[in-house]
Amino acid sequence: MSARTASPARTMQWLLPLLALAGGIALWEAVVRINDIPVYVLPAPSVVFATLVQDWPILFAALLATLATTAQGFIAAAIGGIGLALLFSRSKWLEYMLLPYAVILQVTPVIAIAPLLLIYLPQHVAVVVCAWIVAFFPVLSNTALGLGSVDRNLQGLFELYGASDVQTLRYLKLPSALPHILGGLRIAGGLSLIGAVVAEIAAGSAGAGSGLAYRIAEAGYRLNIPRMFAALLLLSTAGVVIYLALSLVSYLVLRRWHESALGKEK
Amino acid sequence: MSGPDGNDGGLAVSLRGVTKVYGNGVAGLGPLDLNIRSGEFVSLLGPSGCGKSSALRIIAGLSEPTTGEAYVTARHESRTQHRIGFVFQEPTLMPWASVRGNVRLPLDIAGLPHHDAIARVDQALAQVGLADFAEVYPRELSGGMKMRVSLARALVTDPDILLMDEPFAALDEITRFRLNNDLLTLWRGLRKTVVFVTHSVFESVYLSQRVLVMTSRPGRIAREFRIAASEPRGEDFRTSPDYASYCRDVSAALAKASDSEGVR
Repeated sequence: MSARTASPARTMQWLLPLLALAGGIALWEAVVRINDIPVYVLPAPSVVFATLVQDWPILFAALLATLATTAQGFIAAAIGGIGLALLFSRSKWLEYMLLPYAVILQVTPVIAIAPLLLIYLPQHVAVVVCAWIVAFFPVLSNTALGLGSVDRNLQGLFELYGASDVQTLRYLKLPSALPHILGGLRIAGGLSLIGAVVAEIAAGSAGAGSGLAYRIAEAGYRLNIPRMFAALLLLSTAGVVIYLALSLVSYLVLRRWHESALGKEK
Repeated sequence: MSGPDGNDGGLAVSLRGVTKVYGNGVAGLGPLDLNIRSGEFVSLLGPSGCGKSSALRIIAGLSEPTTGEAYVTARHESRTQHRIGFVFQEPTLMPWASVRGNVRLPLDIAGLPHHDAIARVDQALAQVGLADFAEVYPRELSGGMKMRVSLARALVTDPDILLMDEPFAALDEITRFRLNNDLLTLWRGLRKTVVFVTHSVFESVYLSQRVLVMTSRPGRIAREFRIAASEPRGEDFRTSPDYASYCRDVSAALAKASDSEGVR
């Protein structure tokens, strides 16, 4: 590896977005102060931040609850999506039979399914199922795509050496599908957060929910706008962190060989 | 036991009336009759699309003949051991595995114990001159080196027969000449049966003991040339009058074989 030199273009790449964000926040603060906008209409960023600190015990507990739902939904989506794709790659018939269900689940807006799920399932299960429904399809379709785009000559080579199905899967299909699988997981991470939030909103009126989305809905009823913004801030931060973490995992796994991870070098 | 060519004379490959009709109904090959003795270096030379690669895939067992019989000693005598090495036109390496991992693949599939595998991989890498590149990933290698990895992978099981499908076609001439010479050296040392598919007259004459010129689709054997050059061959053969006259004859036969069929 060559030593990283901090070229101006590289510095700008991370400096510009930070500057743009800081500028936006400063503008927001200025607009609120100059126009003397009441806090129940639009709270200034400083007020939002103060609320975040002040309400931290409540908001942090809610964040943990939402993240737990997200994580469970994500893991279920990963297992379900990859597992289903593996089944499909083994049996076309199974794929023809089950794919319609997968597509129906995918195209039906989850916000419309959530109330039903909350009737049929215990609430803590229903929210995870919601997260799963939203997140599993990209994993399924990306994994299926990856498993299907194996190099034909390599496949022939495995045949020539009499590789078993399990060996072909382990040495050929899974590694060659890995970039696609990781791409699917990266999308699924953000989507399971969305699924969890949607389910919490839907469940909100039903009672015992304590996730961030529930706190937003609750604060909304009480016109506690600063807390709504503070919870929103935590949600977006969580989404960004999830995306970055999954990108990092993808990069670390692929950096030795895959083009997507090599793009920055040269 | 050894004949004048150094072959032991047993049949390694025997095709009897083999034809191949592709899925779209196009007759791609044959009928093809062909005997290759054990230890022989034979080239299948023909215009592109004449089915020579199909013939090779049939010999490898990667494709079934539509009619006719393909008897390949290395395939039929032992089912468990994989006695065929195949080198594709592209290096066909797994990008996610190091050079060592790629060469090891046939042994991993065969379930060879780790310790034995390491020794054989090192030996195969040494044979193709890549001993120092075991830990490198394919993307870091040049086209010629990737082809050497592919060759090492074909050699690592110590196969009886080596099937090569235009392996050097995509390489520049300097690299190709070097790989030609290294392949000859390997063949002299190991005396494997080699079936070499190519569309290069010069390459086929330079390498082979026998050149089989094929017609255009559906490919059949139009003519056979025995290249009786003094061994070992080297760069001086490439510039010898003998080589030039063989190339002329084979070239003429190839032109005729492609032409007569092209009219139909």
